[in-house]
Amino acid sequence: MENFTPVSAAIGGTLIGLSAVLFMLLNGRIAGISGLVAGVLTPSEKGNDFWISGAFVVGLFIAPLIVMVTSDRPPINFPQPLWMVVVGGFLVGMGSRLGSGCTSGHGVCGIARLSRRSIIATLTFMISAVITVFFVRHVMGG
Amino acid sequence: MRIFSSLLIGVLFGIGLTISQMINPEKIINFLDIAGNWDPSLLVVMGSALLTTMIGYRLAFRRKDPVLGGVFQIPTKTAIDRPLVIGSAIFGIGWGLAGFCPGPGISAASVGGVMPWAFIGAMTLGMWSRSFVKA
Repeated sequence: MENFTPVSAAIGGTLIGLSAVLFMLLNGRIAGISGLVAGVLTPSEKGNDFWISGAFVVGLFIAPLIVMVTSDRPPINFPQPLWMVVVGGFLVGMGSRLGSGCTSGHGVCGIARLSRRSIIATLTFMISAVITVFFVRHVMGG
Repeated sequence: MRIFSSLLIGVLFGIGLTISQMINPEKIINFLDIAGNWDPSLLVVMGSALLTTMIGYRLAFRRKDPVLGGVFQIPTKTAIDRPLVIGSAIFGIGWGLAGFCPGPGISAASVGGVMPWAFIGAMTLGMWSRSFVKA
């Protein structure tokens, strides 16, 4: 467990939670990233929501650049080949729409509301992700 | 004002992801690899985010409406149906393969070279493909 970084994890997690709370308090929205991205790709007739979703996504994108003003470039390493990232990306996109949410929408905002759907969704994707990594790393030996 | 606040709130979310290193696929995959050199950091990230959100939502919902206008948009569905379970299972397989979920993929794209962009492109296609799937 020498990779365990509990302090930065707790600070970062609290900021993520704070962001989710502010998004609800100020804008009345669930901070579910897959839903926000989908709101940009397939804007609804509600109009204004497109820009709110878009602004959030732009904020996510520029955030690491802001962190880099005061600290080093955050490490981003891929233990797996490109094709796995691409296939994984496709499944993440499809699965998050079909399942109405992702790690943020179900895993944080949904469970915080004690939504049964979100608890089931989070348990399901945690288990399937663990099985997938087990298969890739220890069965395929990647 | 709503749009500007949304930008700042997105930045805050992204800073949280960056500080906690959730934009690093290696760290995500080490969390998911419970049979290997397990890194429980993601649990702490999720736990602290959850705790903050649980408390904060309670306070926020004391209000009738959001501060900047509109209404609280809360999902109303409660049924545990097939799309929820199948979609989440598919999502988990993708998460395990890519080491990214949507938020970290987008944040990593500004500093992480070409791989995060490949992820975002594929994720976009995947989201569109949803319209052709019946479940």
